Amino acid sequence: MHGIVVVGASAAGLAAAETLRREGYAGPLTLVGDEPHAPYDRPPLSKQILSGEWRPDRLPLRTPADLAALDLDLRLGGAATGLQLGERTVRLADGTTLSYDGLILATGVRPRRLPGEGAHVLRTLDDALTLRDRLGPGRRLVVVGAGFLGAEAAAVARRLGTEVILLEPAPVPLAHAVGAEVGRMLARVHLDEGVDLRCGTGVTEVTEDGVLLASGEVVEADEVLVAIGSVPNTAWLDGSGLAVADGVVCDVYGEAARNVYAAGDVARWHNPLFGTSMRIEHRTHAAEMGMAVARNLLAPEARKPFAPVPYFWSDQYGMKVQAYGFLRGHDEVAVVEGDLAERRFVALYRAGERVSGVLAVGMPPKAIRGWRQAVATGAGWHETVSPGALPVVRP
Amino acid sequence: MKVELEADKCVASGQCVLAAMDVFDQDDDGIAILLEDRPAPELLDDVKEAIAVCPAAAIRLVEQ
Repeated sequence: MHGIVVVGASAAGLAAAETLRREGYAGPLTLVGDEPHAPYDRPPLSKQILSGEWRPDRLPLRTPADLAALDLDLRLGGAATGLQLGERTVRLADGTTLSYDGLILATGVRPRRLPGEGAHVLRTLDDALTLRDRLGPGRRLVVVGAGFLGAEAAAVARRLGTEVILLEPAPVPLAHAVGAEVGRMLARVHLDEGVDLRCGTGVTEVTEDGVLLASGEVVEADEVLVAIGSVPNTAWLDGSGLAVADGVVCDVYGEAARNVYAAGDVARWHNPLFGTSMRIEHRTHAAEMGMAVARNLLAPEARKPFAPVPYFWSDQYGMKVQAYGFLRGHDEVAVVEGDLAERRFVALYRAGERVSGVLAVGMPPKAIRGWRQAVATGAGWHETVSPGALPVVRP
Repeated sequence: MKVELEADKCVASGQCVLAAMDVFDQDDDGIAILLEDRPAPELLDDVKEAIAVCPAAAIRLVEQ
């Protein structure tokens, strides 16, 4: 009996460890994390931590007493460096080898970077604290990438009086994620708040004075934040025999190999609810999948496919964006309540013949829950959204 | 066991309501409301689920 090893001590890994205990697992349980900090929450990094509204002591996901009650062998401050499936061992950076009967991989993602030195990224507490100290009146920040993370950071920096230039290679920010209409509306908010948003602007590298654009132009800045997406932390699994394709490839149960599961940002699995393979980098998803795979690992005879309705939110200025479902690759978007121009609306997303997602801005969050049902049940698009008439499914 | 909610941490995701509808609700801004701080024992599993899925770690169970 070697016990269970969970690699990754953030939201997914912690949820897995807690669930194992809650479901009655009393054997040895090791939680490995590469950061020196106890498990902490990341969404506030680009919001309350960057703005200085919160001190870092609000970030821990659990109190020391809660963690102690889990009776963990907690190995922080050192990454896992190798996996031997045949021997059922995980190797750590300090040379230690951990044996396991069951393994959960929750190693998350790391930020994509650009060539050149000196740019900030925003993934860890240390990243956020470093950037926070460089913002304020009289400072000029270039944000590369107008995705949700870059947009949130731009919003906070503006509110702190920083001059912000937001560079986005696509013609419309977030169009692939939320559709061109919603993307344009979100872009408009940044322009109104005084952000110098430049779309269709590719960045080649970070320079000493700012960034070099693909056009050859240099944009000068005091600080540069690169927010151009993430890469799953799977390099340590090279040669292990696990299938990796933009994430650890898992089946519908979240299993990657016998008694080896993956959860959170690093996991790519087949979501039967949407009939497609996905890898989701949302905070709530990390916890949900951590719980699901812990249960499946403990009770293989009763395991359940992991079929969640993904959820995300984003705070920009005073505006809260919330969405349920799988919006990527949608075929159509329809505003079913409110008005885009008023920045108060519910938009539904169609994939094939079904409602695949819903996004709301400026609406009472309760209102979106009814629409979530349409996503969760795979409601037909035409029954839900009838042209020129009130939608049939009402919250 | 008593449920504690730090409303100023809440990010209005409503995940707690989905997990434990008899214990949590949301106000008009989406901020979670505790309907029952000493839920019946049969609701405890739902509450633990809500704690685990809360993206803001804003819910706790404390011994009383």
